[in-house]
Amino acid sequence: MSQNAQSTVVIEHEVGLHARPSVKLTQLAKRFAAKIEIATSPEGPWIDAKSIVKVMGSKTPRGALLHVRAEGDDAESAVESIVALVRRDFELAT
Amino acid sequence: MLRIVGIPAAPGMAAGPIVRVGGAHRKAREYRSAAEEQAGMDVGLRAAQEALALLMESMSDAEAAGILAFQLALLEDDEITRPLAASIADGTAADTAWSAVMDRLIADYETAEDAYFRARAADLADLRERVLDALHGDSAVAIAPGSIVVAEDFPPSRFLATDWRDSGLVLERGGATSHVAILARSRGVPLLVGVGRIEATEAADALLDSHDGLLVIQPDHAAREAFELRRSRHADEARADHGQLGAAARMASGERVAVMINVARPEDLERIDPDHVDGIGLVRSEFLFHDRRELPGEEEQYRAYSRIAKWARGRPVTIRTLDAGGDKPIPGFTRAGETNPFLGVRGVRLSLERPDVLKLQLRALVRAGVDGNVKVMVPMVAVPGELARVRVLLDEAVRELKAERIAAVSPPLGMMVEVPAAALAVETFDADFYSIGSNDLLQYLMAASRDEPALAALARPGPAFWRVLRELCAHGHESRREVSLCGDLASDANAIPDLLRSGLRTLSVAQASLASVKAAIRRA
Repeated sequence: MSQNAQSTVVIEHEVGLHARPSVKLTQLAKRFAAKIEIATSPEGPWIDAKSIVKVMGSKTPRGALLHVRAEGDDAESAVESIVALVRRDFELAT
Repeated sequence: MLRIVGIPAAPGMAAGPIVRVGGAHRKAREYRSAAEEQAGMDVGLRAAQEALALLMESMSDAEAAGILAFQLALLEDDEITRPLAASIADGTAADTAWSAVMDRLIADYETAEDAYFRARAADLADLRERVLDALHGDSAVAIAPGSIVVAEDFPPSRFLATDWRDSGLVLERGGATSHVAILARSRGVPLLVGVGRIEATEAADALLDSHDGLLVIQPDHAAREAFELRRSRHADEARADHGQLGAAARMASGERVAVMINVARPEDLERIDPDHVDGIGLVRSEFLFHDRRELPGEEEQYRAYSRIAKWARGRPVTIRTLDAGGDKPIPGFTRAGETNPFLGVRGVRLSLERPDVLKLQLRALVRAGVDGNVKVMVPMVAVPGELARVRVLLDEAVRELKAERIAAVSPPLGMMVEVPAAALAVETFDADFYSIGSNDLLQYLMAASRDEPALAALARPGPAFWRVLRELCAHGHESRREVSLCGDLASDANAIPDLLRSGLRTLSVAQASLASVKAAIRRA
């Protein structure tokens, strides 16, 4: 059954969406079938969370409010997982 | 047999097969069909993926591994592969299509506001070259000992990562004072530059004699014999010079000349006995700032300077503050896209634009002063105000540390003399010592780029240079301030008599030249 899901989370990682956090985020997003998009403002632009070109290219700084939305069968768990990843500081030690 | 003449940039001799390196003469791919180009592209991308994955495994630094993971992810991204496939389907060859896609991405990063993202442009350029190499079948070949490496140009990072045992390097472009030439001299790697395009067959036998500036490809028997004769003569001379390595250098008159060494990386010191030198005349602190994601912190800098200061066991150690810009860009720190970087915001000019970075370095330096005889030297000073501003920051650093109850020593503050305006009005500067940066001073006096092979004859010391040098030495003598010379000229045994005649009594040389310079002083 197709779902829609949306949530927001603050990027606390010390530097923002740098290489390591961006790679983690896209890797996680790719595990879901749903179309997943992120944005730093609810008006967009919404970008493909599975594309490193787009995610790194957003050059999102620390402290930015990250909006996450998804559409598809596993949309809810996709948004949940991504928000959780950001909350866990991308599971990076530094 | 083919004899090729070039500019000797680091003395030495090597014999072996020619190994061509780098994308210098990549031939553009010929477009036959979209299917063939797409297949080639896929192979190229896969080869780059495999190489990156292998590199990642060997990487212990998480941040560096993260950058590789980023490059790897890019290769699999639809946002890249889709436009690539479309462009190939439209009739563009794989290499051209790939370069165009990457160049657009690189341009976007180059103009990023945040220094971190700006610095990623270099990683993207790296990736572009890696895939282009794969598309053209040039993999990053390991260089076997005893090779003659031929390249159009050679990046310093790759030079440092290469094992040069018994090998030599020939550059089609490049000047004798380029960054890689400095490294070659300090490592004792024979280097010949500015030879022009070489149409040599890969693996052809070659003899490199960078004393005489000669490369012989497919030598005949006589050439080989002559080469071996010269090689053994040079080896005998080097052995004789080496026997005297530990002794202080005195001219024939008995007058003492201080011979110090230049240090580019702390590891350089592992191969040298501190008792063989009179100190370190130049520590290029850039090593702390290269190949990394963010600027080094105070603790890290302090530890590095302290280690060098302790090594010298009380002998003077002159550490130069960050000399970035010109031919030494630091991604995310130096300005990108200056039309004339050698006349741009470099050295102290850049440091004064970023007083926070300079202050941090000065704090680390004055702390290291506790562990040895540290002197601080400022590069690219043109007017007295620049040095005065650094002195204010230096005094502040000492005061702050005292207030924080951290041990610090106020060090002598000197300047590089490399801008002609400073050289000609040296008495107007409040410097505790002077060190002549002959590479830059020469290129600025002669208005001749040090990297332009066609101008090699101009970029040499002439009457104007010697007059400036004599006056600097005279001023040093009168004002009782030390004048030393730390440029490449000091490492050139043939230049020693003229340097001593000008009044210089302190030289700082490349480590590989220590023995030959001391020998030249004894003969003078």
